[in-house]
Amino acid sequence: MSDLQRTPLHAFHVAHGGRMVDFAGWDMPVQYKSILEEHKAVRTTAGLFDVSHMGEVDVSGSDAEAFLNQLVTHDVSSLYPGRVLYSPMCRPDGGVVDDLLVYLRGPSRYFLCINASNIAKDLAWMRDQASGFDDVTINDRSDDYALLAVQGPAAEKIVQSLTGAKLPILGTYHFQEGTVAGVHGMISRTGYTGEDGFELYHAAADAPALAEALLAAGTPHGLQLAGLGARDSLRLEAGYPLYGHELNDDLSPIAAGLGWTVKFKKPAGFTGSAALASEKQNPDRRRVVFFRTGDRRIVRAGTPVLNEAGAAVGVVLSGTLSPVLGEAIGSAVIPANEVANPLSVEIRGTSFTLQLVKPPFVELKKSS
Amino acid sequence: MSDIPADRRYAKSHEWVLNDGDGLVTVGISDYAQESLGDITFVEAPAVGDTLSAGDVFGVVESVKAASDLYAPIGGEVVAVNEALDSAPETVNQSPYANGWIMKLRPADVAQIAGLLDSEAYAAETA
Repeated sequence: MSDLQRTPLHAFHVAHGGRMVDFAGWDMPVQYKSILEEHKAVRTTAGLFDVSHMGEVDVSGSDAEAFLNQLVTHDVSSLYPGRVLYSPMCRPDGGVVDDLLVYLRGPSRYFLCINASNIAKDLAWMRDQASGFDDVTINDRSDDYALLAVQGPAAEKIVQSLTGAKLPILGTYHFQEGTVAGVHGMISRTGYTGEDGFELYHAAADAPALAEALLAAGTPHGLQLAGLGARDSLRLEAGYPLYGHELNDDLSPIAAGLGWTVKFKKPAGFTGSAALASEKQNPDRRRVVFFRTGDRRIVRAGTPVLNEAGAAVGVVLSGTLSPVLGEAIGSAVIPANEVANPLSVEIRGTSFTLQLVKPPFVELKKSS
Repeated sequence: MSDIPADRRYAKSHEWVLNDGDGLVTVGISDYAQESLGDITFVEAPAVGDTLSAGDVFGVVESVKAASDLYAPIGGEVVAVNEALDSAPETVNQSPYANGWIMKLRPADVAQIAGLLDSEAYAAETA
């Protein structure tokens, strides 16, 4: 356990009763008091998450836009300063290296947020992909930044009480530089819960002071500290993919239902475009679907998905209990042509029919 | 430090047995077990009328994290299960020794209880 990495908030988590677990090599709080309670707090009031394990990368130079537009599937040229873009980043075969957020800070100055488990792999991939461009600089800033997420319907009220920034006019997937509780950083109206909320990028050394200030300001509004357990159930309830589950080396954005992030019409093309275009046309392609079962028994990742004849046609990718519905929910990959057929899973000898659902599983009041 | 009442006996697999004094015993899981499992989302209890031997798997307790088998600490016939857990399994987290009980048994041999750990031995086991 001694070689696990720690965020600048490790002592904060331990002091607040966080149950620490190994997550992708990081010693992180999976929960404080209860995953279910933390989840419900985010849906009804607010939750505070430490996601400082995420990676940050600066990309700059006169070729930065052209480079990023080749690197990711979404259209980076649609960005303007202050705008955030979600995109997968694929290999030539269409498999996903990672999914990430692209921020445009100023002309030719981009900032990327990448998954903690993929930092080394992503940097190596990006540097390799940049070799054909003359003026691109890639800087790993992961150790410099801490990242706190305040998520939930009360998030705006809580963060606004600590900043002069005009949050009501900051739209979803927009960001600005600003100061929260005296800590300078980037205020990003993004998140991974399906609720309104903010992600605050700031200097690692400032993290404990900012976390305490957010906790103190949020507690009267019902804010709770929330761990990675609630983060996972919230994202699944919202229908967001998690790298390693709904997206991976073998599951493309087309399979994952993220076709809206794949811009085939980008003039210079992008890595993976040919493979993804051909996959899109293939009637035998696979598809990620979301399901509920009407029962409380959790359908765990790896459970086979059975067709009417009892043959395994797919596999469960993620599964949990929706704390809001009180029912098992999950995702699975199946052949696209099985979508209309009856599908089931077996748990400890009992069969459950999968009811396919277009997520989110719950009504989200997210502002736009 | 978990709560370990002295009025009952414990199995190494973290179930407890309380002699009800009316020919029946009540079985549940310890505070240590519920704390380790985290949020309990489902309890699969046996059917009333099932006959269990000591060590038999009699059910499953599921948390967000994992599903764990439950082992009969002693043998006997299942005479009741806690149906309230069907809709409120979190009761096991909130009240592992009272409202969160899982089943009642008519023991095959009540003397088997004495072979289980007392609260001190169980405290040592979970220290």
